[in-house]
Amino acid sequence: METKKAIISVKDLVKKYDDFVAVQGLSFEVYEHEIFGLLGPNGAGKTTTLEIIETLRDKTSGEIIVDGFSVDKNPQQIKQIIGVQLQAAGYYPNLNLIELIELFAGLYGANIKPMEMLEKVNLQDKAKAKYKALSGGQKQRFSIATTLINQPKIIFLDEPTTGLDPQARRNLWDLITEIRDAGTTVVITTHYMDEAEQLCDRVAFVERGQIIALDTPDNLIDQLVSSGFERKKEVKKANLEDVFINLTGQEWRE
Amino acid sequence: MQKDIHEKNLNSPSKVGGYSNTKATLALAKASFRSIMRSPSAVVFTLAFPLIFILVFGFLGGGGTRIDVGVTPGSDINNPVMGMLEKTGMIRLVKDKSKAEFDKLLEKGNVDAMIDIHRKINSAAYSVNVVYTSASRDKGGILKSVLNNIFYDKTLKPTVAEIKESTITGREYKTIDFILPGQLGFSLLSTGVFGTAFVFLSLRQTLVIKRFFATPVRRSSIVIGEGIARIGFALIGALFIILIGHFFFGFTLVHGALTVVNMLILATLGVIVFMGFGFIISGIAKSESMVPPISNIITLPQFLLSGTFFSIEAFPGWLQPISRALPLTYLNDAMRKVAFEGLGLWDVKFQIMILLLWGICIYAVAVKVFKWE
Repeated sequence: METKKAIISVKDLVKKYDDFVAVQGLSFEVYEHEIFGLLGPNGAGKTTTLEIIETLRDKTSGEIIVDGFSVDKNPQQIKQIIGVQLQAAGYYPNLNLIELIELFAGLYGANIKPMEMLEKVNLQDKAKAKYKALSGGQKQRFSIATTLINQPKIIFLDEPTTGLDPQARRNLWDLITEIRDAGTTVVITTHYMDEAEQLCDRVAFVERGQIIALDTPDNLIDQLVSSGFERKKEVKKANLEDVFINLTGQEWRE
Repeated sequence: MQKDIHEKNLNSPSKVGGYSNTKATLALAKASFRSIMRSPSAVVFTLAFPLIFILVFGFLGGGGTRIDVGVTPGSDINNPVMGMLEKTGMIRLVKDKSKAEFDKLLEKGNVDAMIDIHRKINSAAYSVNVVYTSASRDKGGILKSVLNNIFYDKTLKPTVAEIKESTITGREYKTIDFILPGQLGFSLLSTGVFGTAFVFLSLRQTLVIKRFFATPVRRSSIVIGEGIARIGFALIGALFIILIGHFFFGFTLVHGALTVVNMLILATLGVIVFMGFGFIISGIAKSESMVPPISNIITLPQFLLSGTFFSIEAFPGWLQPISRALPLTYLNDAMRKVAFEGLGLWDVKFQIMILLLWGICIYAVAVKVFKWE
C-alpha cells in the first residue's frame, strides 16, 4: 500500500474510570481522506475513544495528535477543524432546522447559508420542521449536516445508522461516501459488519479497550480465509437485505 | 474530569483564527429567545398568571379597601393632612367619639388606627401621632404606606406649602399600586427559577450541551447567552405588565417613563438573582419531573410571604422575620417604593444591597452544584 499521511494519530491511549479501565493502550492512525471504522461490541471503548479525540473527555494517559494539534494543548484548534455527531444527542428545543443550523453557524463562527447545508443532506423540504418531528434517517442526516457547518477536515460519526431501515441506511452510506469523496476524513463506529465492509476503507476492531486487528476489510477477510476458515453455509450471490431492497425499492421514503 | 476540561478551555487562547465569542454568545441568545417565546409554560408563567391576578384585583380594587381612622378627641381638624387623607378615597375619618370608646374600637380592630394632629407651638408645622392596632395589621400597613407617601421624609414638620406640593401630584393609593409590583416580582421569580432550571436540565439531559462542547464555544458564552435571552424575555414581560397596569387599571408611575426604566433595572437585578436558584435546581434535580416540586419549595413561600398579595405587616409577628429574610420581599418593596413613592434607585439602595447579598450567596452555591454533564 502506498504511504498515506496520518491526520489523526493515537498513541498508547489509556482511560481509567474509578476502578474500571475503559481503554487500555490504544494506538492507531487515521489517514487523510479515508473512512475509518471503529468496530466492536458495546462497552468495548469505541465511544470513549472517539470522545477523547473530540476533546469532550479527558484521557488518563497517552498522546493524541489531530491534524498537528495536540488534544492537551490545542483543544480549541481541534474543535474548529472537526465535526462531531454524538450518539443520541438532541438539539435545542422549539427551533426548526434552519434556526438550528444558524445557531451552530454562530457557535462555529462559520459563514454559511443554512439552506445550502440542508440541501447537502437532502432536507431542504424540512427546513421549517422541528428536529423532533423528523424520521430516524432524517434525524441522522440532519446531525451530519450540523457536523459539516465549519467545513471540517474530519467528521466523527458515532453509530449513525443504528435503528434505521435498510433504505435509510443505504442512503446514509451514499451521503458518507460523498463526504469522503469531497475530501473530508470520516471516522465512524458501527455494529454492522456489512456496513463496515461496504463503507470503510480501513477498520479497527476494538475489544475490552484494546485494538485486536486493524486493516482494510478485504485484507482482514483474506487473512481469515487463508487461515482455513469456511462458512458453514454456501454464500449466495444475494442476501435477504438485497431481496428486501429489491422488493420495496430503493427510493427515499422520508 | 469536568474540572480538567474546564481548565483546558480556560487555558486555550480566547481567539483562535478570528473566532468570535461574542458572535457565539449572541447566536445562543437568539436561539434561546426564540425557544422561550415558543414555550407555552414560559409565556403562561411570565404573563398570563400575573395578568390574571392583576385583572382580578384590578376589578376588585377601588372600593375594595377602606380604612377607618379614628381622630383623637382634641386633635386639630382643620389641617391639610386630614384633607389629604380623606382625598385618598380609602380612608374614612371617624370623629365625635370619646377616648374610651375609641380605645375599645381600636382594641377590636373596628377602627384601624388613631390619628392625632397638633400644630406645633410657635411653628407652622404639624406634629402627627399615629397609633396602629395589632387587631388590624394589614390595614395599618396600608395606612402606614399612605402616610409615608404623604409626608415622605418630612414627617414631623410639614409646612402647609410642602403638603400642598405633594397634594398636587394627586396620588391615591389604589389596590393595583400594591398588587402590580408584587405580581411583577413573582413573575420575575417564576421566569428566573422555573425557566432556567428546566432549560439547563433538559439541555444537559438531551446532550445538547455536550454537542455544544464539540464546537469552539466557551462555557461562559452558553451561560451568558442563555441569561441574555431570559432577561430580555423577562423585561418584555415586565414592560407589558406595567403598561397594561398603567393604562387599563391606573397603576401609578410617579415619574412616568423614568419610573418604568427604574423598575426595569430592578427587574433585571431580580431576574439575575432568581436565575441563580434555577442554576442550583438544574444541578440537583435528577429528572425533569423533579424540577416543579423543588422550584415550588423556593417560589411558593416567597409568593405567599414576600408581600405579593398582602402587606408583610399583616402577618403575625413570628412570621415577619421569615418574610424579611426572603429576596422577593426586597424586590417587591423596592418596586413599590420606586413606582408609587417615586423614589430613585439610590433611595432603595438598602433593598438592592440585600438582593445583591442574596445573589452572591445563591451564585456561590450554584457554582458548587451546577452540572454541565
